Amino acid sequence: MKKHKKNRNVAIIGIGQTHHSSHREDVNQPEMIHEAVELALKDAGIGIEDVDALVHGNMELFEMVHQPDLWHVIGTGGYGKACYRVTTGGTTGATIVGVGDNIVASGLHDIVMIIGFEKQQEGHTTGGITNMADPLWARNLQTGALTGATAAKTIKEFGEDRAKRAAMRLRVTLDKHAALNPHAHRSFGLDYDQIDDLMANSPQLVGELRLIHMCSQSDGAVAIILACEEKAKKISKKPVWIRDHVTVHREETFNMFGINENQEVTHHNAARKLFGRNGITNPREYFDVFEMYDPSSWWGLDWLREFLQLEGDEHLKMVENDEVSINGSFPLNPSGGVISTNPIGATAALRVAEAALQVRGDAGAHQIPREVKHALASGFGGTFWTVLFMLEKDLDWQEAE
Amino acid sequence: MTEEHKHCHIKEGKLALPYQYFAGRVGSKFIVSLRDKKKILGVKCEKCGKVFIPPRKTCERCFENISENWVELSNEGEVTNFTVVRTDDKHHPRKAPYVLAMIKLGGADTPITHILEGVEPDSVKIGMKVKAVFADKAVNTMLQIDRFEPVK
Repeated sequence: MKKHKKNRNVAIIGIGQTHHSSHREDVNQPEMIHEAVELALKDAGIGIEDVDALVHGNMELFEMVHQPDLWHVIGTGGYGKACYRVTTGGTTGATIVGVGDNIVASGLHDIVMIIGFEKQQEGHTTGGITNMADPLWARNLQTGALTGATAAKTIKEFGEDRAKRAAMRLRVTLDKHAALNPHAHRSFGLDYDQIDDLMANSPQLVGELRLIHMCSQSDGAVAIILACEEKAKKISKKPVWIRDHVTVHREETFNMFGINENQEVTHHNAARKLFGRNGITNPREYFDVFEMYDPSSWWGLDWLREFLQLEGDEHLKMVENDEVSINGSFPLNPSGGVISTNPIGATAALRVAEAALQVRGDAGAHQIPREVKHALASGFGGTFWTVLFMLEKDLDWQEAE
Repeated sequence: MTEEHKHCHIKEGKLALPYQYFAGRVGSKFIVSLRDKKKILGVKCEKCGKVFIPPRKTCERCFENISENWVELSNEGEVTNFTVVRTDDKHHPRKAPYVLAMIKLGGADTPITHILEGVEPDSVKIGMKVKAVFADKAVNTMLQIDRFEPVK
């Protein structure tokens, strides 16, 4: 099988996450992070002394704390270690895993812990996001993370009833998944017979983007421990291999020039590159599960098409035919996804963590009911950043060419 | 203004940065004790023996949970270092000149930074004995200790 060049193999050997909630008054930031760090170390069966380096990420302006990694050392275990701080908007969680993957693959460090967190209840997320826009051209016009554009586009293409029904069906499916995940922030107990009611009565945010379609603001943290092949095989019974990851971004979203609608979407571009260089011709067939960064049900629906390189209305059919449910042929976000849980700096890392738990067979009640050998996980950020990961159960793609 | 800076527009701006800080259970117990009992608490790591103030849930060296190991510290301590603030700023807690000192309280291994008053800036010495003066009303931050003053 075709493969992308990597200096040495890297595996996920430890995963820890907090319960995600909008009420973590019981802990300050380093204390909350420490919960995830302790769980990840325990999961890997190692101590903090075995970890060579840390990669820490969140959005500073969301908690209004400058350089939070410095006061988080109490909770991260970063004392005396190489520490990196990374922030790339909503993508941060995926970027820190990517950085961890790179610095282990390079040979710089053997064991690296990545830590993503957000404590959104402490700050003002929309204030933070708005300050990303250029003050001269766009800041006064910027409205934060909400947009009705994808809903309008999907309705225009597939008709109002079908589009709205598909987006809401996806919403209900992911709510059912979230109900199986004890770490999930929100699950409402929704069912498919509520689709018409929700389509008509959920409060509108922007156009047909309604409150029920939109992700939460959560507090939470995740820690993932990565190791080089030699150490991973010694330490872990179930290493999950990071076969490859790709980052694609464009920056025009927040400037005055707007988006070129004919330009390839970054998700499509990222998937095309990643699949191309790894010889994946039919991603729907190849991957057993997909943990997608889905900030809203409209985006989740539309992005299925982009990531899976689908034509026409295939993505709608996948939702309408329940292929994306946990028991379906292509389970999407068995964790419940971002729509249920969104501690932003942790969110994209949680996609990788949840995909890895599926590969290990350790996801618990939201484990998909068949063997997972190949998993896909994506991150998304405000300026159309896409980070896309391929995880593998076995090192068998190594016998390539 | 040089010729090349002429006609270069500058936009003046101001950001609002609203936030909350969740002190957590450990931090809250410390503040409540300061406020209601005028007692300064630290936490002790049983493994390395260090007593930390402000208190924390975890010893960052030993990675032990120390959140229940409360110890009462003395309201008196000594200056381990200090600086004199000589500029005024609306964010500063006092009018310049004033002294910010690092003070190691009796029973603690880590010094805290606080305002030192009741002594001329030029007369402050490392090793000087000082004591906490508590605020009269509820402040609910470290400024529940209003200031330190020399022990007479």
